[in-house]
Amino acid sequence: MWEQEVAFWIIAVAMALAAIGVVRSDNVVHAALYLVVVLAGSAAQYILLLAEFVAWVQVLIYIGAIVVLFLFGIMLTRAPMREESGKLDNDQRLASAVVSLFLFGVLTVFLVDAFQGDEVKFSDDLVKLGSSANVGESIFREYVIPFEVVSMLLLAALVGAVALARKD
Amino acid sequence: MPINYFLILSAFLFCAGAYGVLARRNSVLVLMSIELMLNAVNLNLVAFSTQVQNVSGQVFALFVITIAAAEVGIGLAIVLLIYRNLRSPDLDRVEQLKG
Repeated sequence: MWEQEVAFWIIAVAMALAAIGVVRSDNVVHAALYLVVVLAGSAAQYILLLAEFVAWVQVLIYIGAIVVLFLFGIMLTRAPMREESGKLDNDQRLASAVVSLFLFGVLTVFLVDAFQGDEVKFSDDLVKLGSSANVGESIFREYVIPFEVVSMLLLAALVGAVALARKD
Repeated sequence: MPINYFLILSAFLFCAGAYGVLARRNSVLVLMSIELMLNAVNLNLVAFSTQVQNVSGQVFALFVITIAAAEVGIGLAIVLLIYRNLRSPDLDRVEQLKG
């Protein structure tokens, strides 16, 4: 079991540092690349949790599509590549830091209190749980109506995005 | 392996995202911080799915990923409109609802 813990901590430290990079970086493109590290790190955590299908969907959609969209957004809004320190932030940085540290403290205390002693037990049977066959069966049996609703939502959102961004 | 490891990592990502939403001025960076928060939720869902050995959590994580994709599409269209109207992606300059 210790191998999984070591892998978890390596990935977790990389994700935490990259997450700080996303919100602190003075360069918009660097922030997007730090976001790639965070997203790839969570894909690795999903693999560690034996959820292989979700992990690959994460790589395809988040890293493949969403980050490219972000880079297009950066390009189209002509974000300056080199910015003097703090120009991308507003003047409530200190208050925001206090709020998010307080939130983190409260969440940590409550999580430790509520889930102390709960273990994730890995076994060979669990590999089947996250397989694409099993996830697909669950989507098309139990969750077929939410699945159709979410596909309509995606269609509506993309039509809306085209309607918003058109020039005329 | 304690489930708290995953939950606290996810809480950290969420709080980093919350900081970004509050402290960033550039609208693309605010959207990126929102992605961080959504990603933290996904990590929670998958961790609990593995712990209780039920695939529903993973299906919900897939739904959240889909919603995130839709949200970024709409979000960037709005950012583009803000940029076109105000000549700047800064959210502080969006002060009126009337076009």
